[in-house]
Amino acid sequence: MSGGTRDLIHIGLFAVVYMVLAFLVSNSYYQLIMTIVPVWAVMGLSWNLFSGYSGLISFGHAAFFGLGAYLVALCMIVWELNPWITIPLATVACGAAGLLVGLPTFRLRGHYFALAMLAYPLALLYIFEWLGYQEVALPRKEEAPVLYMQFESQVPYIALALLLLVIALVVTSRLIHCRFGMSLLAIKLDEDAAEAVGINTLAWKLSAIMISAALAGAAGGFYAVVLLVVTPLAVFGMLVSAQALIFAMFGGVGTLWGPVLGAFILVPLSEILYARYAADFPGIQGVIYGIAIIAVILFAPQGIFWKLQVLLKPGRSLVLGATASGMNDRADVGLLKVDAVPEAGVILEAAGLSKAFGGLQATNNLGFQVKTGELLGIIGPNGAGKTTLFNLLNGFIRPDSGSITFRGNAIVGKKPNRICAMGMARTFQVARPFTQLSVLDNVIVGAYVHSRGNDEAALHASAAIKLVGLERQCDLPAVNLTNKELRLMELARALASKPYLVLVDEILAGLDPDAMKEMLVVLRKVQDLGITVVIIEHSMQAMVQLVDRFIVLDHGALLTEGEPDSIVRDPQVIEAYLGKKWLADSGHEQTGVADDN
Amino acid sequence: MDALQTLENVLQSLVAGLQMGAMYGLMCVGLTIIFGVMRVINFAQGEFMMLGMYFTYFCFSWLGAYAFLDGVWFPFVLALLAGPALFLLGMILHRLLIHTVTGRKASQLEAGGHYAQLVLTLGIALVLQNGGLFIFGSTPVSVSNELSYSAWEWGPMVGDRVSVFVNQAQTISAILALAVVIGFGLLMGKTRLGKSLRAASDNPDAATYMGINVDRAHRIAFGLGIGITAIGGGLMATNASFQPYIGTEYVIIMYAGVVLGGLGSVRGAFLGGMIIGILQQVSAIILPNQLQNTVIFVCFLAIILLRPQGIFGQRDRVA
Repeated sequence: MSGGTRDLIHIGLFAVVYMVLAFLVSNSYYQLIMTIVPVWAVMGLSWNLFSGYSGLISFGHAAFFGLGAYLVALCMIVWELNPWITIPLATVACGAAGLLVGLPTFRLRGHYFALAMLAYPLALLYIFEWLGYQEVALPRKEEAPVLYMQFESQVPYIALALLLLVIALVVTSRLIHCRFGMSLLAIKLDEDAAEAVGINTLAWKLSAIMISAALAGAAGGFYAVVLLVVTPLAVFGMLVSAQALIFAMFGGVGTLWGPVLGAFILVPLSEILYARYAADFPGIQGVIYGIAIIAVILFAPQGIFWKLQVLLKPGRSLVLGATASGMNDRADVGLLKVDAVPEAGVILEAAGLSKAFGGLQATNNLGFQVKTGELLGIIGPNGAGKTTLFNLLNGFIRPDSGSITFRGNAIVGKKPNRICAMGMARTFQVARPFTQLSVLDNVIVGAYVHSRGNDEAALHASAAIKLVGLERQCDLPAVNLTNKELRLMELARALASKPYLVLVDEILAGLDPDAMKEMLVVLRKVQDLGITVVIIEHSMQAMVQLVDRFIVLDHGALLTEGEPDSIVRDPQVIEAYLGKKWLADSGHEQTGVADDN
Repeated sequence: MDALQTLENVLQSLVAGLQMGAMYGLMCVGLTIIFGVMRVINFAQGEFMMLGMYFTYFCFSWLGAYAFLDGVWFPFVLALLAGPALFLLGMILHRLLIHTVTGRKASQLEAGGHYAQLVLTLGIALVLQNGGLFIFGSTPVSVSNELSYSAWEWGPMVGDRVSVFVNQAQTISAILALAVVIGFGLLMGKTRLGKSLRAASDNPDAATYMGINVDRAHRIAFGLGIGITAIGGGLMATNASFQPYIGTEYVIIMYAGVVLGGLGSVRGAFLGGMIIGILQQVSAIILPNQLQNTVIFVCFLAIILLRPQGIFGQRDRVA
C-alpha cells in the first residue's frame, strides 16, 4: 500500500471519529473549541507545507490569514456576497498574494527571509487600521441563514471546519510524497545542491508559498464566519503567525500529522485555561504557547511526532519524507546510455572566460574544448581555479567575461537547474548529499529533471545506483554513508539526470588505493555509456591511467593541454607543480610528475 | 506664510527625529551586539526593552516618594540602572536557555541552529509579553515628570515667525543614549573584555584554542545587548507611555535600523536607528498617524530586498 493511500484511510477514519464526537458533545463552549481547533490545524498545515518542507521560516503567515478574513467580511458587508463564494475566492486571492510576497522575498535566505516575512502582516495591520476597519462585524442575515453560513446549531460549523481540515490534509498528503515534497526537502537540506541536480528551486518555492497562502486564506475566511468579528490585531497580529509556527513545530515539522497534533493539544489546553483563569491572568494563552515552544526546542527539537516515533520504534534511523519507492529491479544500466550520440565533435567549448573575486583573478581568459565522449582530466596545483571553473560551467557563478557553449547553446547566465536540464550534471569537491534522505531518494531527486513521474524517476535512479554499485545501501540515510559511498552516491545522483556530460570534482580525494581502483572502474563504465566526463583532480598518479586527455591550469589560465604521456614530461607542468628550482636541480625532464603530486 | 509653516514643521520633526533616533539607535546597538558576537537574531529584544521600561517605572514609583530622590534627574538615573539589572537577567537567561541553541551547540542543530534560535527567542518573547500583562496590567503607564512637558524654545527666527520647541526630557535622553553608545564603543575597542568578545565573534574555534572562554563571551554579549536595549527603553519611558505589548512595535524598528546599518555593525546600527527615527518623524508631516509604522515596515522591506548587507556594508562590525 502506498503512502498516499494509507494517508487517505487515516484521514477518513479521523474525520468519522471527529464527526461522531461533534454529535456527542453538547456543551456549546466545547463545540466552539471543536470548531476552532481544525481552523488552527489548517494554519499549522499551511505553515508546515511551506516552511516545514522548504526550511524557509515564515513569520508572516498572518498576512494571508488576515487577508482571507477581511476579504470574506468586507465582501459580505459591501456586496452581500455569501461565504460559499467568498471563501474559495479568498483561497485564490491569497494564493496570488503568496506569489506577490514570494517573488521579491525569495531573493533572501536564512535570517533575512524570516525577518522580511515578519514585516508583511504588520504593515497590513496598520494599513487596515488606517482604512478604518478597526472592528468589522459581519451582519446578521436572518432571511437566508444557510446561504450566509449562519447556523443555529454549532454542528454544521464543526462539519465545515472539519471539511476544511480534510481538504488541507489531502492536499498535503498528495504533495509531500511526490516530486513537490521531495524537491522542497532537497531545498531545505541543501539549496545549492538541489539547484545543481536540476531542481528549479525558485519555481518550487513559489508554488509552495502559493498553496500554503491559499490554505491560510481559506482558514482566515472561515475564521471570520465563525467569530463574526474581525479586528486587525486578531487576524494580522504576531500571535497568528506565531501560532501557525508553534503548532507545526510542536507537533513535528515535515510530517502530515504533526501540525494537526500540535493544534489538537495546544488549542484546547490554552482555550480551557483561558476560560478558567482569564480574569486573573489575561495573557495566559500567550504564556502557554511560549512555554510550549521553549519546551519543544529544549526537549524535542524535532517535535513530538518524531519523539513518539523514536519511542515507539526505537533503533530506526530518522529518514525524512520518503517517496516510499523501492529499488526497481527491472532497471537496466543501459537506460542511462546517451540516446543519440551527436556527431563526433565538440560538446562543450569555453572561450575567454574570466572571473575575479576582488583582487584575485580566479579564472583568466581561459579557453578550451571538450570533445564528445572523451574523458578529460583537468589538473593544476592548489588555487589554480579548477573548482571555480566548474562553478562557472554549471552556472553557480557568472563569468565577468567570456562565453560557454554547451551542445551548441550559449549557457552563460542560465541558472544551474536549466544547465542541468540541458544535460550537464556535476558532483562536488566536498560531497553535498541531502543528509536526511535515503540514498535512493537522494538519487531520485536527481532523476526528476528528466522523468515524467515518480515511477520513472525511481527507474532511472535504480539504474544509476546499480551502475555505481550501491544497491545494498539504498535504504540508508545519506548521513550514515562512508566517504567512498557518499562520492558514489553523488555520482549516481548526477547520472540519474541522464546527462550528456558530467563534471566530477575531486572524486578520488581521500580514497585508499583499493577504493580508488574501484572508482576508476565506475568512471570508465560511465564513459562507456557515451557520457562525456570532465574530472578535476589534484594528483596526477591515478589520472594518468584514466583520462584520454589533460588540461593543465595554473593561476586561472590554461598552461597547456595534451595526451597524458606528453603532459607528465612537460617542463611547464613540472614547474607549476614543483617549482623552478626542482626543475633546474633535476637537470632533466624525464622524471614524471606522475610519481609525485 | 504656508512655506514658513512647513519650514517650522520640518525643523520640528527633524529635532524630534534626532531625539527619537538617538534612543532607537541605542536599542539597535543592543540588538546588533547579540547578532555580531553570537550570530543570533533575538526575537525577544523588544520584550527586554519593555522590561527596561517597567524597571524604570516601578523603581520610580517605589523610590520616588523619598524626598532626596524626587529630583527631575531621578528617572534618568533609573533608566541607566536598567542596564545592569537587565544585564544580569540576560546572563541568567543565556545560562538557562539560550546557550542550548547557540555557540558550540548550534553546529549540531539543523541549519546551524538558526531556526531553533528564532523559535526559542519567540517563545521567550511570548512568555514575557503575556506574563507582563499579568504582572504589570494592561493600562498604559509612563515615567513622566515636569521635564517631559517642558521645552526650550529655539528661535524665534526668520523674522520672528519660526520657532522650534525642543523637549527637555527627550534631549536629555538622547544625550545619555549617545553617551552610552560611545562608552560601549570604548569598552569594545580599548578593553581586554572587548577584545575577547571580538575574538569570540570573529572565529569561535580559533578563540577557544587561544584560551578564550567563548561560552562566557557569548553570555556577556547577550547580557550587554539586552542591558543596552533596556537603557534605551528606560530613556524612552521618560517621555512616552507604554504597556506590556509595546515590544512588538519596537522590535521592528530595531530590526529595520540594524539591517539598515548592516547586521553586526555597531556604528551602522546606531546610524540606522537614527535614520529610522528621523524618517518616522518626518513622514508624520505628510502621512496620517497610523501609517507612520507602515513607513518603517515598507522601508525595512525595501532595504532588506534591495541591499541586504545594509548601507554601511559589513565593514566595521563587532564581528
